[in-house]
Amino acid sequence: MRRSLVATAACLLALAGLGAPASLFAQRQGASARDAAPIDLTGYWVSYVTENWRYRMVTPAKGEYRRIPVSPAAVPIINAWDPSADDRAGNQCKSYGAGAIMNVPGRLHITWQDADTLRIETDAGKQTRLLRFSAPAEKSASASKPTWQGESVARWEQVAAPEKGGSLRVVTSNMRAGYLRKNGVPYSERATVSEHFDLTPIPDGGELLLITTVVEDPVYLNAPYVTSPHFKKEPDGSKWDPTPCSSTW
Amino acid sequence: MLIDLVVRRCAPALIVVLFAGTAFAQAVLPSEFEFAGSWGPIGTEDVQNDSVPVDYLGLALTEEGRMRALSYDESQKSMIERQCQGWGASYAVLGPFGLRVSRQSDPTTNRVVSYTIDAWEDWMGMTIWMDGRPRPSEYALHTQAGFTTGRWEGGALAARTTHMQAGFIRKTGVPLSDQATIDWRFFRHGDVLTVLMVARDPIYLVEPEIVSKGFRLSKTPLDFRDPCVPGYEGREPGDGVPHFAPDENPFLEEFIKLYHLPREAVLGYRETLYPEYRKKIKDTYVPPPPCSADCGVAGNFVLRRGPTP
Repeated sequence: MRRSLVATAACLLALAGLGAPASLFAQRQGASARDAAPIDLTGYWVSYVTENWRYRMVTPAKGEYRRIPVSPAAVPIINAWDPSADDRAGNQCKSYGAGAIMNVPGRLHITWQDADTLRIETDAGKQTRLLRFSAPAEKSASASKPTWQGESVARWEQVAAPEKGGSLRVVTSNMRAGYLRKNGVPYSERATVSEHFDLTPIPDGGELLLITTVVEDPVYLNAPYVTSPHFKKEPDGSKWDPTPCSSTW
Repeated sequence: MLIDLVVRRCAPALIVVLFAGTAFAQAVLPSEFEFAGSWGPIGTEDVQNDSVPVDYLGLALTEEGRMRALSYDESQKSMIERQCQGWGASYAVLGPFGLRVSRQSDPTTNRVVSYTIDAWEDWMGMTIWMDGRPRPSEYALHTQAGFTTGRWEGGALAARTTHMQAGFIRKTGVPLSDQATIDWRFFRHGDVLTVLMVARDPIYLVEPEIVSKGFRLSKTPLDFRDPCVPGYEGREPGDGVPHFAPDENPFLEEFIKLYHLPREAVLGYRETLYPEYRKKIKDTYVPPPPCSADCGVAGNFVLRRGPTP
């Protein structure tokens, strides 16, 4: 008991000593997400399509949904896919939403929009994702309206010192209903996307970005849909080629 | 003892002090994660590419690699001496099974000496040596499993496999030479394990074969099938090795016609791995007719192999 009291007192003293926190941790407390980034995701990245090729590089047959754990509710929608109707409704970007966009072959341009917001632009479909590390003080009315890219909350997961490195975790919700694949396999507005962005060196030089993506949807999926698209880093934006959304290609 | 108590008492408060005031969200990960356990395949990605005999999608093959692949006849696996030959290290992610991982520790220091991924019926398993032992001489024996060392790096397990026998990187007969190297990264995020494989081969690959596959932690041990037992499958001892002349492979057109796929993609040409290729084929690609059979599985989605939570 006495030992416990002594320990508690020592602990309090130690924490009080962290009135040095002002000096010792001020940087951390004042640091932005950009300053504290354990990995550098910025730059240009190109899809390296070595898996799911048939579902990503070309538009699969209407009605095919292999490897996606869809619910029975999704099947009639899959079989009724009508890209011309999407065109007419102005929904050409339905397969470029946050639930699918990282699997769409193309290039990413990742930059810091501000100290606490990471910006991902895609040349395929000309989409922009904003990954916010700090929640906005107030939600505007428009912020609650679902969008293709939804609202993404980001968090660094840093490896404990003295090791270096880490991962970026992003959770996205409030998306407009979209397609997981170009041929109309749906996800609903209730879907959420959880992602981890990891970097790894390529043995012969260069860097690889791996995005482990888990889409969950209580309406159209019966199990999480997990993919892990990967990207190679490019030296510059010379191959950046913005193309508009297409409902068929 | 007292110091230990102080540390334990202080730890939660210290974490609050360190992170409560941060302007942004951040979490601290351990530098190592628990790798041992049973990891069931999630199976929502198409990485096997073995449903038809000539499917080299997503590969960047050399001419020699393509020719050798086209000369392969899957009937080779009917030969009694080849039925249980199994597949090489890359089959850890290219195969359909889960990973049952165990840890071997030094009984004195308790340090991890190795991780072992158990064998399946047609895969030899893998031992990842974590004790810093040197790699064997380049002239050392090459085996089907190869020799693998690992280390923790940035919160992930990084490993490298060398000293593999010549074998295959796909069950469709795409070859991998004994000069190949495979680099692995095992990332764990919650209950999901993502395994990244980067296979390089100066003989048969123009660019690395990069495959990532997801596994989910299983609450129950994975149940593997019985070991392979060879049996008579119609080929007599002494029969020749089934094969095709590379330009006479009767299955060459099957996949191309089935899904209206471009020939150079099916045959593993490098340019087909990059987005520019989509633009090249955009005006010539004709989608296949609507799917009428084997279009997917809806309803209570159950993985066919290995339990998941």
